Amino acid sequence: MSASNFLLVGLSSEVAVPPDIAEHLALRATSAEVPGPRPDEALALELYGIDLSFGGVVALKDVDLSVRHGEIRAIIGPNGAGKSSLINVISGVYKPDRGHVAINGAAYRPVPTQKLAKLGIARTFQNLALFKGLSVLDNVAAGRAYAGRSNFLSQIIGLPHARREQTDARERARRVIDFLHLTPYLDRLAGTLPYGLQKRVELARALAAEPRILLLDEPMAGMTATEKNELADYVRLARDEYAITVVLIEHDIGVVMGLSDRIAVLDYGRKIADGTPEEIASDQRVIDAYLGVPPENEDGEGI
Amino acid sequence: MSTVTADLSPPLSLPFHAGALAVLAVAYLVVPFIGSSYLFEAILLPFLALSLAGVGLNILTGYAGQVSLGSAAFMAVGAFAAYNFNLRVEALPLIGSIVLAGLSAAAIGIVFGLPSLRLRGFYLAVSTLAAQFFVQWALTKFGWFSNNSASGVIDAPPLSLAGLSFEGPVGRYLFALTVVAVLTFLAYRLVSSQTGRNFIAVRDNETAARIIGVPVLRTKLLAFGVSSFIIGVAGVLWAFAYLRTVEPAGFNLDRSFQILFIVIIGGLASIRGAFFGAALIVVFPLVLSRLGAFLLGDIFDSGVLDMTQRIVIGAFIILFLVLEPDGLVALWDRLKSRITAALRRA
Repeated sequence: MSASNFLLVGLSSEVAVPPDIAEHLALRATSAEVPGPRPDEALALELYGIDLSFGGVVALKDVDLSVRHGEIRAIIGPNGAGKSSLINVISGVYKPDRGHVAINGAAYRPVPTQKLAKLGIARTFQNLALFKGLSVLDNVAAGRAYAGRSNFLSQIIGLPHARREQTDARERARRVIDFLHLTPYLDRLAGTLPYGLQKRVELARALAAEPRILLLDEPMAGMTATEKNELADYVRLARDEYAITVVLIEHDIGVVMGLSDRIAVLDYGRKIADGTPEEIASDQRVIDAYLGVPPENEDGEGI
Repeated sequence: MSTVTADLSPPLSLPFHAGALAVLAVAYLVVPFIGSSYLFEAILLPFLALSLAGVGLNILTGYAGQVSLGSAAFMAVGAFAAYNFNLRVEALPLIGSIVLAGLSAAAIGIVFGLPSLRLRGFYLAVSTLAAQFFVQWALTKFGWFSNNSASGVIDAPPLSLAGLSFEGPVGRYLFALTVVAVLTFLAYRLVSSQTGRNFIAVRDNETAARIIGVPVLRTKLLAFGVSSFIIGVAGVLWAFAYLRTVEPAGFNLDRSFQILFIVIIGGLASIRGAFFGAALIVVFPLVLSRLGAFLLGDIFDSGVLDMTQRIVIGAFIILFLVLEPDGLVALWDRLKSRITAALRRA
């Protein structure tokens, strides 16, 4: 649809859009370095100046975010702060009005959802998005869909490469299922499992894709404290075992503090703080946002 | 090793194969010798054709989640395409005409499946109605399709396959049975393959499917194509093996609904379901007419029969949607597990 917005290729379209020249010049300066070595070798994911609004409602305003390779990066904030919108922008479900997303050094606007898995990104959803009519094994194996090359005819006939592909997908899925201790539920329909387990199956499906970057949209929502700690352990284990970068959205600031390497805090669609858990814990603006003190908004924007 | 068992795919594969083979054995080795010509002409031939159409629609609606009200149109495309290929292409064996007819139906199906890329559910169902009306209109409007026959009704060519001719009710039954068995087996292979699971993924959660890398657009169009192929071949059987004539009027909206009901009553997303549903839809009117004539005598004429039939089938559909959305197949499975449990206890 708006593939012409592809920032690296569509330089001409960039010129045609004149709103803020200085910004675009700055942007182009960073983009120009992209084809060569990455601007920052340590960055797995970068967001530049993301704006997103729905009609008159501003969901995100000028959000920057950098995620280093191998870190667990949390995004926290009160309800409606724009956390899920941010994940949806990274995964291409929402198209940002402005700004772009760089994945392993290549800039996109918007991120092509269809190619997301090939780019090495997998995600989970805030509201469960499992395939209810498939077994746990098939759900997790579906995470390998992007790797499929065989067409439907060779699958019907059962040609060797189609069979190999299927065996391979199931084998990898089994390993992830084993890793997350879901083996007893292998053949159960995903829709019949309790909520906490479904959340874990979703994590398994994302891991089965063997992504470089894993986006978790409130993986612990609606869980008990024990379940939350359990899942936090799984996330940490997954990061160490599969050497992935994790971007995590969470409502519960307590769990996040112990789990993440760096935390960004959103409030009213703006990033109000970014740093290590210790820095965040002592940040006055974060405390204000969480305790509900109206933020001092000198320029009156964002409300 | 575990990979080897995994290769045999779905967990239910063994009982399905065993049961299907038993049914096939009876259908090939017993039924042809004991059946009356009434059984073949009035029950088994329409049952086979409608079952196959049900299998086709189930791939689209049950597995891929795309509602279609254009099934009869795709049947009509199949029937008329087979007739024309047979008539106009010299030395093309009947099997060739049937395959080409299926491909023609698939092509038309893909064209009318294009709206599914933007529309969902109810809106898509309405847009597939366009196929229904357009195809029927085109077939009546352009005499070329029916070889400029004055009445628009044309005789179907005799059935033959690899030099064997399938004459008479039993012959046509065996022909239809073979086509249905082969296509059903292929359909079963398809739905238990990765592509089949992609269908279900698109049905259950399109956004999640897209994000994990399922090619959603291609998958939807493939579902339309495969489904229409099968329904098109079902149309050939309906016209060539059952009715022995080809006419557009037989493929009206009523037929589309009939096939949809077969799928709903039989069980969505179940290959067996199509056969259960078709059996009910074909046998039920016959039972009803016998029963009505027996109980009420002359009052129960064809007008009353037709009306009663509609009312009762309507009631059936409501009951199934409310009480057993998974259809006859779910009832059957529950019955079976109860019987085996009882046997085990005894």
